[in-house]
Formats: sequence, structure tokens, C-alpha cells
Amino acid sequence: MKYMKQFLIVLLFSYLGELLQRWIPLPIPAVIYGLVLMLLALCTGLVKPKHIADISQFLISLLPLFFVAPAAGILQYWDLLASNVVKIIVIILISTCVVFAVSGLVCKWLQKIGGKSNG
Amino acid sequence: MGEILGSGSLFALALTLGAYLFGLWCQSKLRVSLCNPILIGAIIVPVVLLIVKIPAETFQQSTALFSWLLTPATVCLALPMYEQLKILRKKLPVILASVTAGTLVSLAFIAIVGVLLKLDYQTLVSLLPKSVTSAISMPLAEQNGGISALATISVVITGIFGSLIAPAFCKLLKLTDPVSQGVAIGTSSHLAGTSKATEMGELQGAVSTVALSVAGILTAILFPFVVQFI
Repeated sequence: MKYMKQFLIVLLFSYLGELLQRWIPLPIPAVIYGLVLMLLALCTGLVKPKHIADISQFLISLLPLFFVAPAAGILQYWDLLASNVVKIIVIILISTCVVFAVSGLVCKWLQKIGGKSNG
Repeated sequence: MGEILGSGSLFALALTLGAYLFGLWCQSKLRVSLCNPILIGAIIVPVVLLIVKIPAETFQQSTALFSWLLTPATVCLALPMYEQLKILRKKLPVILASVTAGTLVSLAFIAIVGVLLKLDYQTLVSLLPKSVTSAISMPLAEQNGGISALATISVVITGIFGSLIAPAFCKLLKLTDPVSQGVAIGTSSHLAGTSKATEMGELQGAVSTVALSVAGILTAILFPFVVQFI
């Protein structure tokens, strides 16, 4: 019962996100609208953390699982990769490292200079 | 053999869950970061499918439940964000600036390296939005003349790779504070990385969620401009 009520709330917000995505002509996916709406509802007290706490913990713990099936599906599209596979993999792996390093280090550096000017 | 095992829906779900749990077990036993449960699952599942001769299409249809649950699970990430709201608010300018830097570098790097490696336009456009969640990257690639399946593949490889390297890379780059860790993970490897970030800590998960949202929206806005230079 507890899980069902909580799941219903989460589903409603997911659905509202889908509706917004349909109504607002911006290239923003439904899931981001849902996320923002849920955050707003929590901030305004419309939804209390305890109303979704259990289901959130459960679903968030499942997140990595949701990537197993699409990852296993890569083989299905192997012919799409085949002709350029080395180049494609190299670009994907190196650019992921580069973006990781740039965003992380910029964040660290900004906090450092921000901290200095405050202190 | 596929016939003996039935139409495959329940088998496919059980196989996916089993392979993932086996990956988790390996991770806890071996404590090697290469034993990432998504990676192990992604290796075991196709091998088993080949052995029992279940076509990949059937498997994809059978596991639709998981892709369907992805949206509500992502909406649930609002809760860790809410619980870390004080810190998020305080750090928001820093987070926005660093995610923007990361997203710009991502688009520029892929475009430049792709052109240098003489990748064809169709492939390059499909790779370009690879650091953001497939809900954004798939339509972007498609609308600009790319292949949505290839876009999805590159997003998935990015996500697995990102969650794989996250702990080691944080150490290597001396990213010790949770905010920088969350920004790096969320900007580079979207939701799959964020699932790793939530394991590292609640603040990392919350920052990573903000980062993946901002990176996704920025990519959608900047994409048409970048495509013109290819």
C-alpha cells in the first residue's frame, strides 16, 4: 500500500512532465520537466519527502540496472559501428575523459578562487 | 532452444536482473573497478542470448519494462536534490559555469576530432550529443541527419565508461570535494554516471543530477550551431 501510493505520486509527476513536453515547444525531454516539477512540489511542500522516500530509494537503487538492456542491445546494431568502430570508440572514450576532467577541474578551481575571495 | 524457454519475456527480465546482480556480487567480492555491474551485465546478456538463440529484437521488446521505469526513477532524483538544496543553491553558479565549460568542450572536441579523423557527417552528428541522456541525444541526432540508433549506442558506451572510470578519475585528478565529483560525472556521463554518483554519496548524486539536466538542455540549445561547422 505504502509503495503503491508513493509510486502513484511519482508516476503522476512523470506524466505531468510528458504533458508539459507536449505543450511547450522546447527541445527539453519530458523527464527533465518531471524532475523539475517534483523538485518544485517538494520545495513548496505540496509533496513531503516522506511521501516518496521509500519508492525513491528503491527506484534510484535500480537505475544502473536500466542500462544493462540497452548496453546488451549494442550487438544488435553492430553493423552500424563496424565500418568505423575504432574511430568511434576512440572518440567516445577520449572525449568522455576530457569532459570529465574539464568540468571537474573547472569546478574545483572555481570553488577555490570563490573561497579565497569570500575568506 | 528459444522455444523450450518460452516466448522469452520473463526469461529476458530474469536474465538481465541476474546478470546485473552477478555483476554486483563480483564488484563486492573482487573490489576491482573494472567489475562494473552494468559492464558485466552487458557482456553476459548477449552471450547468453546467443547461446539460447533468442533474437536481440525479442530481447529488447521483453526488457521494455526497464526502459519504461527509467522515467519515474529519474523523476525520483528530485528527492536527493531537495535534500541537498542548501548546498546546491550556494554552489549553483559554480556548477552552472563548470557544466557549461564541460559541455562546450564536449561538443567542440568531438566535432574537431571527428573532422580530423575524416568521419562521415552522419556518424559524427550521431556521436556529437553522446554525453547527454538518450532522451535528448536521440531526437537531436535524428533531426540533424544522424542515426538515432548510433546516437543511443554512443550514449550507452559513454555512460558505462563514465561510471567505470569515475572513482579512479576522481583520485587521479584529485577531485576530492563532492561538488566537483558530481559535476564531472553528471556532465560527462549523464544518467548512467549519475547512478554511480548516487552510490558515492548523496551530495555527489544531487550535483550530478543538476549537471546532467543542465548539460542536456545546453547541448540541445548549442547543437544546431555546432552542426553548421561540420
